[in-house]
Amino acid sequence: MSERAKVVGLHGGLLVLLFALQFALPAYHHGNLARIMVLASFAIGYNLLFGYTGLLSLGHALFFAAGMYGAGLSVLHFGWSPAPALIVGLAAGAAVSALLGLLALRTAGVAFMIVTLMFAQAGYLAILYFGKWTYGDEGFVIARAARMLHGVDLSDPASRYFAALALFAVSLAVCLWLVRSRFGKTLIAIRENEERTRMLGYDTFARKLGAMVISGAISAAAGAVYGLLFGYVGATFASVQYSIFPLLWVLLGGAGVVVGPFVGTLFMFYLIDLSSGVTTAYMLIAGVVLVLLTLFAPQGLTGELRRRLWPWLP
Amino acid sequence: MTLLATQGLSKHFAGLQAVRGVDLDLPRGEVRALIGPNGAGKTTLVGMICGRIAPSSGTVHFDGRDITALPAHRRINLGMAYTFQITSVFARLDAAENVALAARRRVRGEGVEAVVQEALARVGLADRAATLAGDLSYGHQRLLEIAMGLAQAPRLLILDEPTQGLAESEIAAFKSLIRDLAGGATILLIEHNMSVVMETANRVTVLNAGEVLAEGAPAEIRADKAVQAAYLGTG
Ligand SMILES: Nc1ncnc2c1ncn2[C@@H]1O[C@H](COP(=O)(O)OP(=O)(O)OP(=O)(O)O)[C@@H](O)[C@H]1O
Ligand SMILES: [Mg+2]
Repeated sequence: MSERAKVVGLHGGLLVLLFALQFALPAYHHGNLARIMVLASFAIGYNLLFGYTGLLSLGHALFFAAGMYGAGLSVLHFGWSPAPALIVGLAAGAAVSALLGLLALRTAGVAFMIVTLMFAQAGYLAILYFGKWTYGDEGFVIARAARMLHGVDLSDPASRYFAALALFAVSLAVCLWLVRSRFGKTLIAIRENEERTRMLGYDTFARKLGAMVISGAISAAAGAVYGLLFGYVGATFASVQYSIFPLLWVLLGGAGVVVGPFVGTLFMFYLIDLSSGVTTAYMLIAGVVLVLLTLFAPQGLTGELRRRLWPWLP
Repeated sequence: MTLLATQGLSKHFAGLQAVRGVDLDLPRGEVRALIGPNGAGKTTLVGMICGRIAPSSGTVHFDGRDITALPAHRRINLGMAYTFQITSVFARLDAAENVALAARRRVRGEGVEAVVQEALARVGLADRAATLAGDLSYGHQRLLEIAMGLAQAPRLLILDEPTQGLAESEIAAFKSLIRDLAGGATILLIEHNMSVVMETANRVTVLNAGEVLAEGAPAEIRADKAVQAAYLGTG
């Protein structure tokens, strides 16, 4: 089998499997998987910047929240329907990430982490500060009536699953296409050796900015869809926790692997879900498993898979 | 016709004058060797030419155009290529992808593969295309750098001590490669190996303590008393 056929087979196969699972899964897991697919899309956006471009951001909650609030506020205050609201969310995420990129990409390494973290905190505080419109900490609910997309009720589990799958499929396809393109190969080169890439004639600043905007836009799309599907918009999603989550998911699943974010999100979601069923000290179990994984699979689950079995994994 | 010219190019690093007032004039098609003792300022000088290092004063003209204010990537796109003195390859990418990254600035699609094959073949690495650059021997990494330079098909190729760490047979191959390229590309070659300088260069510029000490044909330079004193030692 050619490499291309393997790549298409694996990623297409995953999408087909996810499509089929909706008919087989019990309601509880069906709901979980819908949520996981949306969060995994967030992680795919994160992976583009962290896994492929080598930029460790601690501010992605800002992009997720930009999408969520961009969409949520348009529904709440202007009564817009989900489709234009999603576009507003996406545009908000792209704009915020471009702005942050222009500032933060002047730094590198630890300074980049700190600048992104600080701006995300500023975003979080802004949401609290403008509580009159955002309802601050409490957040707001997007009513069921406002979550109708061309007659489809997004609060209904079946259509919700389908919408989450659609978002995930688009994110996965965009990521796969991107990392195999000229642009994506240049991002990988920047990750590996930025100075050399620059001295081959590439404008590395412009390309890192491009990566940041695409990453921010995908994360924002995930945030917008999350709000629209699950009907709640709140400041928690802008907190530092939501900057750390995608980093963890990507590290666990495999940074710089297209399916890594999904595997990591799925794994972590069920790790917490299962261990909290066993004991109240579930974070302890989760912590131990995470430590073991970083010790024995430092490249993440799919990173190990690539190293040991499937060197062609993009 | 001058391809590259510097006027009064200087660089000081916190009190240390690494390069002072260098006027260099490089005609199109010439192979120019740049020699000088360790710390003479050779790498700093070419760094200012290709844009890695900002000059303290002076100007650089390339193809008649003042490029002093251009960032490095823009200069490279005007037709310069630079290979690093300290090997700098993409260690976790294979040799072919290393060269392809260099080629993709210039050619697209199907053409890339052909350029990559040719550049690797020219430096004798055709059978290493699929090897990770980091797994290549030091000498082969140097050759890979040269292949990356070739894939850019530059008008000005700047090589910073390309033969350092190469075996005798590889040095011989390198000499004939430079003779092949001569006439097409203009080459600025920093080199410590005098046999390479004598056999490949049209002219030699000697840098000492940041200043041009002498310039001339290889044989003249070899006979120059001041150069012998500063650099060649026994001559
Ligand atoms: N970034 C820097 N900061 C401070 N000093 C520097 C820097 N780069 C070079 N120098 C100093 O400038 C002088 C010239 O260095 P340069 O590397 O240009 O010499 P060179 O002729 O290339 O030497 P070599 O033959 O060892 O490669 C040296 O004294 C060096 O220590
Ligand atoms: Mg040097």
